[in-house]
Amino acid sequence: MNRPFGKCQMRVNGAETPFAAAPGRRLSEVLREDLGLTGTKVGCDAGDCGACTVLLDGAAVCACLTPSVRADGAEVVTVEGLGALVPRLQRSFLRHGAAQCGICTPGMLVAAAGLLRGTPAPDRAEVEEALGGVLCRCTGYAKIVDAVCDSAFEADPGEASPGPAAGAAVGARLERLDGGPKVTGAEMYGADHLPEGALEVRAIRSPHHAARFALGDVAAWAAAAPAPVHVFTAADIPGENLFGTIPVFVDQPALAEAHVRQRGEAVAIVVGETAALDALDFAAFPVTWQPEEAVTDLSAPLPDLHAGRPGNELIRGVVRCGDAIMALAGAAHVAEVTVDTAYVEHAYIEPEAGTAWIDGDTLVIRACTQAPVMDRDETAKVLGLPAERVRVIPAATGGGFGAKLDLSLQPLIGLAALKTGRPCRMVYSRAESMASTTKRHPARMTGRIGCDTAGRVTGMTFDGDFNTGAYASWGPTVAVRVPVHASGPYRMEHYHAVARAMHTNGPAAGAFRGFGVPQAALVQETLFDDLARAAGIDRLEFRLRNALVDGDRTVCGQRPGGIGIRDCLVALSVAWNRALAEAAAFNEAQGVVRRGVGVASCWYGCGNTGLPNPSTVRVGITAAGRLVLHQGAMDIGQGANTVVAQLCADALGLPVGQVSLVDGDTAKTPDCGKTSASRQTYVTGKAAMLAGRALRGTILAMSNMGEDAALSLEGDVLRVHDGRGSRDIRLADLPVDAHGYVLAAEETYDPPTVGLDADGQGEPYAVYGYGAQMAEVEVDTALGTVKVRRMTAAHDLGRVVNPLLAEGQVEGGIAQGLGMALMEEYVPGRTENLHDYLIPTFGDMPEIRSIFVEKPDPEGPMGVKGLGEHVLIPTAPAILNAIRHATGARITRLPALPHRVLAAIRAAR
Amino acid sequence: MAAYHRPSELTEALEILAAAPVTVAAGCTDLYPATQAKALPGDILDITAIDALRGIAREDACWRIGAATTWTDVLNADLPATFDGLKLAAREVGSVQIQNAGTVAGNLCTASPAGDGAPCLLTLDASVEVQSAHGRRVVPLSSFLIGARRVELQAGEMVTGILVPAAAGAGGGDFLKLGARKYLVISIAMAAARIDVADGAIREAALAIGACSPVATRLPALEDALRGVALAEAAARVTGEMVAPVLSPIDDIRGDAAYRVEAATELMRRLLARCAARRMEAAA
Ligand SMILES: Cc1cc2nc3c(=O)[nH]c(=O)nc-3n(C[C@H](O)[C@H](O)[C@H](O)COP(=O)(O)OP(=O)(O)OC[C@H]3O[C@@H](n4cnc5c(N)ncnc54)[C@H](O)[C@@H]3O)c2cc1C
Ligand code: FES
Ligand code: FES
Repeated sequence: MNRPFGKCQMRVNGAETPFAAAPGRRLSEVLREDLGLTGTKVGCDAGDCGACTVLLDGAAVCACLTPSVRADGAEVVTVEGLGALVPRLQRSFLRHGAAQCGICTPGMLVAAAGLLRGTPAPDRAEVEEALGGVLCRCTGYAKIVDAVCDSAFEADPGEASPGPAAGAAVGARLERLDGGPKVTGAEMYGADHLPEGALEVRAIRSPHHAARFALGDVAAWAAAAPAPVHVFTAADIPGENLFGTIPVFVDQPALAEAHVRQRGEAVAIVVGETAALDALDFAAFPVTWQPEEAVTDLSAPLPDLHAGRPGNELIRGVVRCGDAIMALAGAAHVAEVTVDTAYVEHAYIEPEAGTAWIDGDTLVIRACTQAPVMDRDETAKVLGLPAERVRVIPAATGGGFGAKLDLSLQPLIGLAALKTGRPCRMVYSRAESMASTTKRHPARMTGRIGCDTAGRVTGMTFDGDFNTGAYASWGPTVAVRVPVHASGPYRMEHYHAVARAMHTNGPAAGAFRGFGVPQAALVQETLFDDLARAAGIDRLEFRLRNALVDGDRTVCGQRPGGIGIRDCLVALSVAWNRALAEAAAFNEAQGVVRRGVGVASCWYGCGNTGLPNPSTVRVGITAAGRLVLHQGAMDIGQGANTVVAQLCADALGLPVGQVSLVDGDTAKTPDCGKTSASRQTYVTGKAAMLAGRALRGTILAMSNMGEDAALSLEGDVLRVHDGRGSRDIRLADLPVDAHGYVLAAEETYDPPTVGLDADGQGEPYAVYGYGAQMAEVEVDTALGTVKVRRMTAAHDLGRVVNPLLAEGQVEGGIAQGLGMALMEEYVPGRTENLHDYLIPTFGDMPEIRSIFVEKPDPEGPMGVKGLGEHVLIPTAPAILNAIRHATGARITRLPALPHRVLAAIRAAR
Repeated sequence: MAAYHRPSELTEALEILAAAPVTVAAGCTDLYPATQAKALPGDILDITAIDALRGIAREDACWRIGAATTWTDVLNADLPATFDGLKLAAREVGSVQIQNAGTVAGNLCTASPAGDGAPCLLTLDASVEVQSAHGRRVVPLSSFLIGARRVELQAGEMVTGILVPAAAGAGGGDFLKLGARKYLVISIAMAAARIDVADGAIREAALAIGACSPVATRLPALEDALRGVALAEAAARVTGEMVAPVLSPIDDIRGDAAYRVEAATELMRRLLARCAARRMEAAA
């Protein structure tokens, strides 16, 4: 029975839906591409991520692994149909902050719906079991479990809560303002937008880590295709075929010319109708490779990869104060360690995707991103267009964590659209995403720290090589940030730190939550445990003795205000003593399983290092009384849309619920810089606060009212009132400005910093954030497995703008830190999928307790400090210190896989 | 255009198999990840509409696990304690989504060294029922699995069922899997046991280790050594010498070879200790 196509019918979300597809076509393709049900996401096409989960006759299955013919005559439920089925579940996800970027949310919701059908009030274990097949890279899972467990008790969806009053938004446990579409499946990510008549773009990529190549008769290959296709190569690029993130280090071709330096590098794109591309034999593409000897790690030297970078050293960063060598020579105790870390993959669940089209004389690019304006400028340069002829509309972005700061497909789809005049879409496969986009730098770092008999640190040296891979990307930022931060938030009068970014044929290493600081913290924080032991001082107490306090100088000679590290450490002390006692009691049994406790700190400067990074925010009110915030800080799940609005609304004095958001579309919204360096809540938040304040000032001046007057916006009347009287501003009577507003303000804020000198002295950041985390682990001393039982995380945010979202950052950051500590290791060419590259699942996460310290920063808006990257930094060192405490094993190579832990336990005996 | 066959009768399926080479598709949880294409490549014989191949049935001399039986079907089936290990394995295959689609037979046909189905089925003395248009043969599982990703199947043949002899119904089964994370994880090592005890002493111990050699393997030396031993003593009898010689693990990103042997030995020890503890509990 060879079933003819076109005779199938499934009941999708209650509606009989005929479909015509090859029987073996993935159901995910049929739902998304053929039926337009793009709520079902594709993160891997291999069963590994669960984003494509649908219910097939009531059972959760991966749509990417289901032949479409099996849906014939069946009942299919996708996220789009859940509103009718489990409306409380969606509400509960919003209320608990269970969706950050939202790309995993459809899969989570559908899997949960499958469970709730039979088990309306599940316990945590049941939820973890049922949802265990869906990966989330943002949330750390805790809030998802909460949301599912509590969904039965959720109020009726009709009953919307009123939201905080004017002036009360900052500090409120407000659910995300942009959450709605994330739980209904309506959110449009890069791959979800398919303009009429769009062509598809696929890249031909290098299978080699390094090679010379020659293209054959490409035109003949294209001409021989069963249906028309275009091939474009470096020769077709109209502008300068180089992009990068930092002007002086721009070195990456959009399409390689004759030489590839890393695996996955694109050498050509093929553009055509999807069916035409599907019918092509890509293996026959005319390219001959001459592989060259390649080195992807720091183990061996290799010929220079780039002119002007002798010895493959891209750049080195140095911070030096006092005389570290002398201080170490005179120290009572000195500890030394060398730590090796692995390539770490960002593993956002959304592979890169986007669309480009021509609108008049403008090239429009709608793709996932963390930096719309940088994308515009770099793409324009590659394509030889003036920047004003490129418009970037950010798509909803399904996680970024640093890698979506760099260009990926933007120049490729832009080129395709320019050349063909048709809308063009490109969706990276998981393998393509993993092979070709940036990673966390693998590092080999050696540190020495000395202290006196009272446990006061006297000096430290740090020397690290960071494998920056084939291209510069954000390697320079890492090399500069590391020496500034490698001291930790501690007093060090004598300090000498050097970090080098070194090229290899590994994938370009770039930005990843923390820019090298999470690696460096491993050195300093594990050495502090050695020293505390040597000096006979409790490990938390040792840190307290050395923690920076207001008035202290950092290793860069800066005296920041509002230093909260002591407060964070103190906040852990009750839990610390309890945990130590519990571990000791448990270990008395002398069992195979041993418990341990570890602590580590972090500090992290928010914004660019000693360089400008302004944000500009516009807020306006229309004649009809709509309050509009142009919020250009990309929200990649971390919550900028919500917290920036909260800060602006409170400064203005209107309820945050009245704010309408306009995103970072470069045609509509001023530049808020990139979503990186934990800068958006602070920098864009401050610009938003200033804009809100300025608009308020205008309104008060117009109405001749005092600073303490209250505003209310009712229809097209803006009422200003205080105890004595009230004035109405009729908005419709006011003139409209060029942006369409009758009242508006635009403010720019740039952090005041002082660039670093040759010794790394200066004021690199205007604001720092601080934190300390405590890990409680259980180590199986016969198998070497580690289970993190509990994490207690104390972070100083200056001012908590939104506790719900802040907890989400902590939980998600800890999940990534735990992954880095225990399981994540990207091996180029070998782990280009999500079953060989492991990230934590539901079952791997500890209980997490967040403690928020509010030590206001003098510079941050309403005292705010950054948080996004801080949360990941202490996790891995705290876990390693806990393993050490439990077993004596000193782990010096990450990840701490069971075989490595077991070997370290043996070595310690 | 490639053909896609989805018969509802086994005889029809066997005719299709006889006519031309086709790829047998069951849960497709191994087939799709092996391709980047949007549809299954090549000619397909989809066996999931053949009702006769789905489910677990008790027959005269054996239990029959039909070739279209999913891991979830195993979990939901009413089976004696000897299948407890297989059920534990079923719960740990990938995720609920994978268990709802993936089949036990597909797992054996894939013959991954780390396949979670093989160790338990080896301890159950399972055989594989193979059919073609020309007839039927039954192959012991240990002969069916001939190497990493290699099975004893000829052109025109397919697996129609897995047979567990009635004799293996005695005793209780257990299973332990070691991976670097909780869900969706490929085993670093695993251990399976089926133990039949009489008067507190082991009458028969069927033991197997997976992910530590190209194909999962029984542990004959240890099985012999445990015969007649008190169950409570069994764990203490497990030594590296009795486990290691039949293993030939590899170094890979999940663990090195030496670790694998050690872990396998430890898992087997724990499995036996758990069997003993459970029996004590049951007796109490
Ligand atoms: C995310 C994910 C996680 C996974 N986790 C695990 C895990 O933890 N443990 C584990 O062991 N496996 C795991 N797997 C692998 C897979 O799910 C199992 O091996 C599953 O049991 C395969 O069964 P299937 O029915 O899906 O096989 P299919 O994909 O349909 O087929 C697999 C192979 O067997 C052949 N085949 C199938 N049935 C027959 C038959 N009756 N006769 C002849 N040949 C046949 C097919 O042609 C194909 O070559 C995982 C897979 C994924 C995608
Ligand atoms: S897309 Fe189907 S599981 Fe990832
Ligand atoms: S919210 Fe889960 S992956 Fe982003």
